[in-house]
Amino acid sequence: MTRQRRRRGRAALPLPVLALASVAVVFFALPLVGLVWRAPWSNAWQYLGDDDVLTALRLSMICSLWATGLSIVFGVPLAWLLARVEFPGRNVVRALCTLSMVLPPVVGGVALFFALGRRGIVGQYLDQWFDVTLPFTTAGVVVAQTFVAMPFLVITVEASLRQLDTRFEDASRTLGASRWYTFRRVTLPAIRPALAAGAVLAWARALGEFGATITFAGNFPGTTQTMPLAVYLSLETNPEEAIVLALLLMAISFAVLVGLRDRWFGRPDRAMSTVAA
Amino acid sequence: MTLSAQIELRLGSLDLCAELDVVPGELLALLGPNGAGKSTLLRCLAGLAPIDAGRIVVDDIVVDDPANDTFVEPEERPIGFVFQDYLLFEHMSVLENVAFGLRARQARKVDALRIARDWVERVGLAEYADQRPRSLSGGQAQRAALARALATTPRLLLLDEPLAALDAGTRASVRRDLRRHLDTFDGMRVLVTHDPVDAYALADRVAIVEAGRIVQVGTLAEVTAHPRSRYVADLVGVNLVAGVVADGVLTTEAGARVVIADALPGQSLAVIRPHSIMLVREPSAGWSARNTWSGTIADIDRLGDRVRVGIDGQLPLTAEITVAALDSLQLRPGDDIHASVKATDIEVYLA
Repeated sequence: MTRQRRRRGRAALPLPVLALASVAVVFFALPLVGLVWRAPWSNAWQYLGDDDVLTALRLSMICSLWATGLSIVFGVPLAWLLARVEFPGRNVVRALCTLSMVLPPVVGGVALFFALGRRGIVGQYLDQWFDVTLPFTTAGVVVAQTFVAMPFLVITVEASLRQLDTRFEDASRTLGASRWYTFRRVTLPAIRPALAAGAVLAWARALGEFGATITFAGNFPGTTQTMPLAVYLSLETNPEEAIVLALLLMAISFAVLVGLRDRWFGRPDRAMSTVAA
Repeated sequence: MTLSAQIELRLGSLDLCAELDVVPGELLALLGPNGAGKSTLLRCLAGLAPIDAGRIVVDDIVVDDPANDTFVEPEERPIGFVFQDYLLFEHMSVLENVAFGLRARQARKVDALRIARDWVERVGLAEYADQRPRSLSGGQAQRAALARALATTPRLLLLDEPLAALDAGTRASVRRDLRRHLDTFDGMRVLVTHDPVDAYALADRVAIVEAGRIVQVGTLAEVTAHPRSRYVADLVGVNLVAGVVADGVLTTEAGARVVIADALPGQSLAVIRPHSIMLVREPSAGWSARNTWSGTIADIDRLGDRVRVGIDGQLPLTAEITVAALDSLQLRPGDDIHASVKATDIEVYLA
């Protein structure tokens, strides 16, 4: 953005809008300031070097990346189905698949427990036939995180697929490309910015996931205790440590959002969307 | 080894029912107003819109025949398709766009790129090969789209309004280029356009499409001279005169001279609208500033309240006059006649 454009933008903004927007910014910035202000800076490195902390951090990273990967693998086809295929009850299916965005995560965790727990509707067979147990395992954490994170990717990618001019896919077909080749080489690259945005949103949601995880997977250091759980627990035992962990989690998320913004959200590739065409 | 298609399709408010035949080396133009169903006909031929009834045969292969449950997917038809706004893939370079069809058909990457580079050079885009399509001008994008469609060596080339996305200034030169490239293609070609000038410059035959029906087929000269309906007359019933412009005068091959208002020198195409032509038995002295040609009346067709008069002579023309004028002139085939047009009523295009 050039300096001139920024100045014009400021001049064009009505004062009440500016005032309210400023309140919103302060509202989001204050908690961070509060944490930074209360942080025990002299002991910070000591807490961060703690084995339990590193274990929780590593677990958080591994599980949230797995959840993001699963969200992409299953979420993109789901978004495609919702965007492109007309079938009866499509709106119901869409509502069902995005329900976990509005559901309290604890409720989601309980529901998962009755579905995939050892006595659950599917879980009992997983246990009997495959000797697979999800609750209170690291895999359970991934399942809980995927459950709450995937909708973010689905709605982002679906919106982008709806905007994409389908004639580009027609052009690909007339050039001899199968539907699958067209999907990989034309559709996917065209929705790449939305896919990246959706993946980041899903990852951020998975990283911060607390309620579903603690209900479905429990809180076992090393296997299911992710960073948010560690923060919550240390709040009772060691508030100073909680502050440091919270800051760390915030710093990581903040860095990723800032870092990816310019790269993927800054210049949307809209040349192939119907809006631009 | 031809294209033969009987197409029936209902799509929204469009009710399509048409028959087409094209032989190798021939270019058929589908000419008609927007919404007539021309583009949908092309989509049917390409397999992008399956037909409800009928049969499409390309090179002895049945590609669509709902009665026998036959449908060949677009990617398996021997076709090339140039879309109206070209639809080049923005996330690939021009070269990768041209190579796309070959890659999709499992050609090795080296081979695909070699053939693509050859095509990119052939259409004069060598210096843009590694650039993104958005950096191309309209005419260049059209050539890239044409190269992309031809790189897979189709038997049937489909072009949907290939000149409509261009501004008037570049149309003439792009049309000339397109003609040159189309001439090197020996397969069957179907072109959709709403502009008779495109049809004249590019097509061997035209099919006039009106509300989902093909209302007349023939060479453009035939259709222009004898439009079968008022509608066709309005659409294409113009006199197209080809010749060379020099010093404000267009001279035809037969030697007829047409004075024109203002035009660039060179090979050009003059459009003389039949209703701008005045017919008189004897030219009067005050007409020196006008174009006046003498000839004999070849035929007289009545279309509603209008009459189209075909005139033979050094400059064959079709004039359109009212029934009242016909009565007062008492014209009959074989009569000598003088036709005149104001220079300012003639449109001229570089051919």
